[in-house]
Amino acid sequence: MNARVTLATARRVLSQLRHDHRTLAMLIVVPCVLLGLLAWVFDGTGTFDRIGAPLLGIFPFVVMFLVTSVATLRERTSGTLERLLTMPIGKLDLLVGYALAFGLVAAVQATVATTLCVTLLGLDVAGPVWLLLVVAVLDAVLGMALGLLVSAFAATEFQAVQFMPAFVLPQFLLSGLLVPRDRMDDVLQAVSNVLPLSYAVDAMRDLSVREGVAPGAWSDVFVIGLSIVLALGLGAATLRRRTP
Amino acid sequence: MMNNGSQPTHHGPDAAVSVRDLRVVRGGRTVLDGVSFDVARGSVTGLLGPSGCGKSTLMRSIVGVQVMAGGAVEVLGHPAGSKGLRRSVGYVTQAPSVYADLSVRENLHYFAAVLGAPPSDVDRVVEEVGLSSHVDVLTGRLSGGQEARVSLAAALLGTPEVLVLDEPTVGVDPVLRRDLWALFASLAEAGSTLLVSSHVMDEATRCGRLLLMRDGRILADDTPGDLLERTGAPDIENAFLDLVAQTDTSAA
Repeated sequence: MNARVTLATARRVLSQLRHDHRTLAMLIVVPCVLLGLLAWVFDGTGTFDRIGAPLLGIFPFVVMFLVTSVATLRERTSGTLERLLTMPIGKLDLLVGYALAFGLVAAVQATVATTLCVTLLGLDVAGPVWLLLVVAVLDAVLGMALGLLVSAFAATEFQAVQFMPAFVLPQFLLSGLLVPRDRMDDVLQAVSNVLPLSYAVDAMRDLSVREGVAPGAWSDVFVIGLSIVLALGLGAATLRRRTP
Repeated sequence: MMNNGSQPTHHGPDAAVSVRDLRVVRGGRTVLDGVSFDVARGSVTGLLGPSGCGKSTLMRSIVGVQVMAGGAVEVLGHPAGSKGLRRSVGYVTQAPSVYADLSVRENLHYFAAVLGAPPSDVDRVVEEVGLSSHVDVLTGRLSGGQEARVSLAAALLGTPEVLVLDEPTVGVDPVLRRDLWALFASLAEAGSTLLVSSHVMDEATRCGRLLLMRDGRILADDTPGDLLERTGAPDIENAFLDLVAQTDTSAA
């Protein structure tokens, strides 16, 4: 690992986003609009208090998954990845550079969305809001790491976009947001236990309904962290300096 | 390999690039079949041949990004693609491999940072490829030829000892093409070794040495002058045709 190269990569990814005003605006605004819409739809039912906090983690996860899988695929198809890998850059420099850049965007996104939720939209958060933010950013980095990994299996941008429903929706359905995980069929529960998004939803919900730091939250955060490391490691393995 | 060994003068420790019996199979098809040659240090060597003859694959092998089925490729005395070579080999792919959503300057600053080249290098290479007036333009807004020059500029950062350039003059106007070849010559004079591919035969006269390729094999490895003299052809294009005719009859 080389800090200069890693930071240069993060700066480069941020510059690319900075030139793309529309993407940047959508990254920040779309989750807020959706959360506002949900709060309105479920107005007076108490449902928003139940799903609002988990969604604060799920939105950055989904958005970063999409953006990263397309961005990485572009690096692969445009030849910039091949060029970089002929240069003195470590695979981790590249991946961590991406993680830093998107992590920063996720932090902004999560801060804006959370602030909106707890103020204007009246979301009740019993636990510490800062920890909610930390988990939301970790969710975003997890989405980024998984997006990076699956982009290796996409040959075109059409395929990369399809990985969202194929890869993210099942995790969403089994995450316990729609039906609590302990009320699912045993098979589904077992599958849900190995999907990282389930832990993200658990952590976000625990933090929103319990006062103080919920006892399970740290272990959930640990599992999310482990999933990030695992996905980045597997992602690094898909970056080949030599190709057929 | 009709010319192999007939020109021993540039073999040996002087060689910046040394290829021996290189075989590459891509998608079940043999793209390179027993290719051997050397490239002398401080020279401009042209790699000429029709589209699809294996030029790009050969260049990819020299840069060390191609999976090889057999043979050996050494660059500056190290196996191609070695870690130690990542600062000493500059590579330009046929399609410009730069970030379209960054300005010319941002692109070059990033690659300079990765290479550990001084930031002042950015101004130098922009000047060398004639893009000084476009440094702050988004690369995606440039013309195809200009974008290719950004890609070339990135390869010049850090003044690598070996430059592998895949069709760097495609889509470039004649004046600029002349300037680029002059740049290549001056880089070679300063000690760099250049391997430049082209499918335009008239660019051959700009090279100190030529490798003519067809169907994954080297047809000729010679200086332009000797090649013309040996074949008695008026130009490189006809020399190429003569050589093709000769190999076809000897194969029959």
